[in-house]
Amino acid sequence: MKKIIAVCGSGLGSSFMVEINIKGVLKDLGIEGIDVSHTSVTDCPRSNDILYVCGRDLEPTVSQYGECIALNNIMDKVEIKEKLAEFYNK
Amino acid sequence: MNGLIDLLSQPSILIGIIVCLGLVLQGKSFTEVIAPTIKAIVGFLIIGAAANVIVGSLDPLGNMIQTGFGLKGVIPNNEAVVAIALADYGQATAFIMTLGMVFNIVIARVTKLKYIFLTGHHTLYMACMISVILIATGQSGPLLIINGALALGLIMVISPAVCQPYMRKLTGSDDIAMGHFSAFGYALAGFIGSLFPNKGKSTEDMVVPKSVLFLRDSSVAITITMVIIYFICAFVAGPEYIEAELSGGTNFLVFSFIQALTFTAGFIIIQTGVRMILNEIVPAFKGISEKLVPNAIPALDVPVVYPIAPNAVVIGFISSFIGGLVSMMVLGQLGWVIIIPGVVPHFFTGAAAGVFGNSTGGRKGAIVGSFVNGVLISFLPVFLLPVLGGLGFEGSTFSDADFAVLGIILGNVGEFLASWMMTIVLVAIVAVLAFIPIGGGKNVESQS
Repeated sequence: MKKIIAVCGSGLGSSFMVEINIKGVLKDLGIEGIDVSHTSVTDCPRSNDILYVCGRDLEPTVSQYGECIALNNIMDKVEIKEKLAEFYNK
Repeated sequence: MNGLIDLLSQPSILIGIIVCLGLVLQGKSFTEVIAPTIKAIVGFLIIGAAANVIVGSLDPLGNMIQTGFGLKGVIPNNEAVVAIALADYGQATAFIMTLGMVFNIVIARVTKLKYIFLTGHHTLYMACMISVILIATGQSGPLLIINGALALGLIMVISPAVCQPYMRKLTGSDDIAMGHFSAFGYALAGFIGSLFPNKGKSTEDMVVPKSVLFLRDSSVAITITMVIIYFICAFVAGPEYIEAELSGGTNFLVFSFIQALTFTAGFIIIQTGVRMILNEIVPAFKGISEKLVPNAIPALDVPVVYPIAPNAVVIGFISSFIGGLVSMMVLGQLGWVIIIPGVVPHFFTGAAAGVFGNSTGGRKGAIVGSFVNGVLISFLPVFLLPVLGGLGFEGSTFSDADFAVLGIILGNVGEFLASWMMTIVLVAIVAVLAFIPIGGGKNVESQS
């Protein structure tokens, strides 16, 4: 997956923070060349070429768009790191 | 020279210059500076364009309510009211927002309230409301900007501080704070929950239909409520009036349906504009604050607490919305301005009130806490409207609790204080906060 989109209800605050964290985590993991952005559930594009990241509460909606990582704590960098590492090691 | 003044008095250009300056100061390259600067300017212009769309769809509704019920109805929606206000108050808003974020860092640095408020869109909306209120009380020039920025800087640390005792309980740490300007509603819900002596069962032990979660999609939620509101008002106002006065002959229901959808369209456009403005401002603010404030606690947007208790999110929304409906009827009986409950504020704030109430009072705490939140965000705007000056008559207003709390205080105090006296009062509050040993810095004990 060359594109990751963080998704939240309004696409303004939380998903933005998740995007910043994902970028940091990818850097730590040494994964390069991935386009990371954020948006709302309304504006979210649907594609099988995108990895979606959202909170556990939005999983039922976002998982319909494509492959989706759901976070129990959307601000937990460790959780994001574990789940992204698992995803990219597959 | 005149051309230059004209250019600088354009709020969109001002926002662009602020973003540009910030990026240059961080040592970004030419291309890294140009793209975000252009996006910020375009984002601002998008909001302005959307304001016309929103006003166009709210005007007929206001007329229908006036004719049908003989009352004034207001739909609280931050995006709508900010888009309308930025046309006249954009310049002051841009300055107050920028300087307010600087003051947030300074206040977090010198006091024990180590909160850095990272929810950029709420900072923008709050800066806008403060501009409107201070200008309505007759302030202008540099003192307007300084007072506004001090007030903004203060609410950016006080709002998270009010919630922190409950956030600590929820997250089990002091790592994050609540950065959403409805904190008084959340803290109240947490407090009400704590009044239930037997906590009882948590909301998370229940089975809640997940079907209402599609309302998390704002476009769906807004459209459904606006269609319902419009249809009710259209029937009461009557087809004769609407087709003669408002729709130019188009069928009254078709007209109402399209207006409701137009409101949603405007809302979505505004969010796009806001996102474009904030894309560079927030990461820069985060980076600078991390360097300057040791032990800073990031105050984050409200959905950070939703995954903690997803059932409380649903229950909180429904309960808050019922609170809004009950309040609307009470307001109607009293003959006051009617605050029509909007799905967006009741969803976002009601959900969090549910999570807070559940953490202290279980199921009962979630239900009662979020109901009170719904009543709070219905009655507070009634008292906020008079201090908003001309903006109080635009059919929309600020929706969340802290906007009203700060707005009512600023508006009423501002009536009695000269600008310079307000500056002294605000600086004094910062000084008091710097010397009293309360607050929630991380590892406070290790700082000595």
